[in-house]
Amino acid sequence: MTLERNSTLLRPSARSRFRRSLSALMAGLAAAAALIAVIALILVLIYILVGGMSAMSLSVFTEGPVPMGNPGGGLRNGIIGTLILMAVASIIGLPIGILGGVYQLETNTTFSRTLRFFTDVMNSIPSIVMGLFAYLIVVLPAAEISPGHAFSAFAGGVALGFLMIPTVMRTTEEILRLVPVTLRDASLALGASQWRTTLSVILPAARGGIVTGILLALARIAGETAPLLFTAFGNLNFNMRLDHPIDALPLNIYNYATSPYDNLHHLALAAAIILLIIILVLSLASRYATRGHSAE
Amino acid sequence: MAIESAAIEVVPAAPAPAKVWSTKKNFGDTIYKWVLTIAAFSVLLIIAGTIYELTMGSRQSISYFGLKFFTSSDWNPTKQIFGALPFILGTLYSSVWALVIAIPIGLFTAIFLSEISPRWIERPVSFMVELLAAIPSVVYGLWGLFVLQPWMVKYIEGPFSQGPLAKLPIFGDTPNGYDMLSASVILAIMVLPYITAVSRDILKAIPRTVREASYALGATRWETIKGVVLPYGRAGIIGAVMLGFGRALGETMAVTMVIGNAPVFKTDLFSSGYTLASVIANELAEASGLYRSALIEIGLSLFIITLIVNAGAKLLIFYTAQDLNARGGKA
Repeated sequence: MTLERNSTLLRPSARSRFRRSLSALMAGLAAAAALIAVIALILVLIYILVGGMSAMSLSVFTEGPVPMGNPGGGLRNGIIGTLILMAVASIIGLPIGILGGVYQLETNTTFSRTLRFFTDVMNSIPSIVMGLFAYLIVVLPAAEISPGHAFSAFAGGVALGFLMIPTVMRTTEEILRLVPVTLRDASLALGASQWRTTLSVILPAARGGIVTGILLALARIAGETAPLLFTAFGNLNFNMRLDHPIDALPLNIYNYATSPYDNLHHLALAAAIILLIIILVLSLASRYATRGHSAE
Repeated sequence: MAIESAAIEVVPAAPAPAKVWSTKKNFGDTIYKWVLTIAAFSVLLIIAGTIYELTMGSRQSISYFGLKFFTSSDWNPTKQIFGALPFILGTLYSSVWALVIAIPIGLFTAIFLSEISPRWIERPVSFMVELLAAIPSVVYGLWGLFVLQPWMVKYIEGPFSQGPLAKLPIFGDTPNGYDMLSASVILAIMVLPYITAVSRDILKAIPRTVREASYALGATRWETIKGVVLPYGRAGIIGAVMLGFGRALGETMAVTMVIGNAPVFKTDLFSSGYTLASVIANELAEASGLYRSALIEIGLSLFIITLIVNAGAKLLIFYTAQDLNARGGKA
C-alpha cells in the first residue's frame, strides 16, 4: 500500500515549513558571513595592488629616501634593511628554534610538556612587548656604553629573532614526529650515537618540513613594525652596519603613510606591495617545501 | 597558510614514546644533550627575562606613582605626570568592540566552512580567510588611513551623527574617522582569521555521530548546529574568541594609525582614543627618565593582560580538543 502524494502525512505542517525555512535562512546568513570575510580581504588586497602597482618604478628600487617634502625618493635602503634584519633574526632565532624542537622530540617529561605550553605563551606575546625587551637588553645598554649609538640593526634583529622562535620550534617538533621511529631505531641499532642519528638521519628526513617552518616564521616577521620602531629605528642614510640604525620596509610604510606628502604616500603603497610579495613568496615557498617533502 | 600552526594547533601532538637519554657514556651525546637543553631553556629564559627586564625598567615609575598609575587619567609628559587608565580602558574598549564585530562574522563563517559549504568552496574560502592573517599590521594601518577613515566618515559616522541614533552616548561626538570605531573595525578584520580558523577546527573535530543522532531525531540542519554542534564545542569556541581578544589587545600599528592617539578615554565610538601598545609605539623612542619608565610599566601591564587572556584561551582550546579526542572525534 502506498501513500498518495498529497496525503496529509506527507504534507509538511506549517511548523515544519517554518523550521526548514529558518534552517535555510541561517545557512544563508553563514554564507553571507563568509562572503563578508572574503570581501574584506579583497578590498584590502585590491587597494594595495592597484595603488602599489601605479607607484612602481625602477627608481623605487634604486633610490634611497629623500628628506620629507622633497619629490622623488625610493625604497632601496628599506628593502636591503629588511633583508639584513631577516638575516640577523634568522641567525638568532633559527638555532634556538630548531634545537628546541629537537629537544621536544627527544624528551617526554613534565618539563617538556610545560615547555610546550610556554612556547605557546611566547607565541602570543605581543610583538611590541618583544621589541620592548630587545630595547631593554640591547638598546639601553648600548646607549650607556657609547652615547649616540643607541638604536641598531642588531637590536631589531634580536627582537625579530625572538619572535621567530616559537613558530620554528613548534613546526620543527611536529615535522620531526612524522619521521618514522624505525628510521631512528635502525640508525641507533647500527651503533650510531644519538647526535649522529639526529644530524644524519632524522633532520635530513624532515628537511622539507623544517624549511617550511623557517619560511613561515620569516613570513611572520617580515612585516613586523612595532618592535622595530625603537630598535632598528630607521635611517635616512644607507647603512649595512649592524651597530647603526637601519631602515626597513615596514618602517617606511608607517613613516610615509603618516606623512602629509603625496609622493611619500605613493612610496608607502609601493613598499606595501613589495612587502606583500615578499610574504607571499615565502608562504608559497613554504607550501612547495612541504610538498617536496611528502613526495620523497 | 598564514596562521602559524602553533596558533591553531587544536589537537595536541601525540605523546612521544617515552625516551630516555642514552645511558652510554658518549661524549658527543653529552654535548648534544646539553646543547638541546640550553636551546629549550632559552624559551623560558626569554619569557622570564622579559618579565624581569620590564619590572626592573618600570621600577622608577612603580615606586613614584604606585597604584595611582592605574587609576589616574592624567598623562602629561611635560609635567612628568603619568597615569595609564586611558590606555588600559582604550585597549580593552577597542578590543571588545572588535570582538562584537568579529564574533558573529567569524563564528558564522566557521559554521559555513565546517557544516554547510561543499569542499570545493570550503578550501578557497578557508585559504582566503587565513590569508587575512598574513597581511602585516602596518599594511592594514595604511589601508585604514587611506581607505577606511574617509569611508567611515562619509558613509557610517556622518549619517549616524545626523540620524536619531546620535542621541546614544556611543554615537555623539563629531565624526572624524580617527577614532575608536575605525580602530575596532580594523581590529575586527585582523582577529577574524584567528576566530574563524580555530572555531572551524573545533567544529570539525566534533564527531559525525553526534550530528547524525540529531538528524535522526528529525532536527533540521540549523537546529543541529544550534542545539548540538555549538554546545558541544562551546569551551573551544570561547577559547578561540579569547585568542582573538589576546591578538586584538597587543595589536599596535594598525590601531596606532587610525585611533587618533588622544590620551583620553571616552565611551563614545566617534572619539579619538589611545591604547597601551600605541602609546609605547609613538612615544618610547624619544622618552627618557621617568617618562621612559612609565612607558615600560605600560608595556608590563600589556604583557600581563595578554598573558592572562592567552593562557586562558590556550587552556580552553587544549581541554576541548582533549575532550573531543577522548570521545573519538577526528580532526
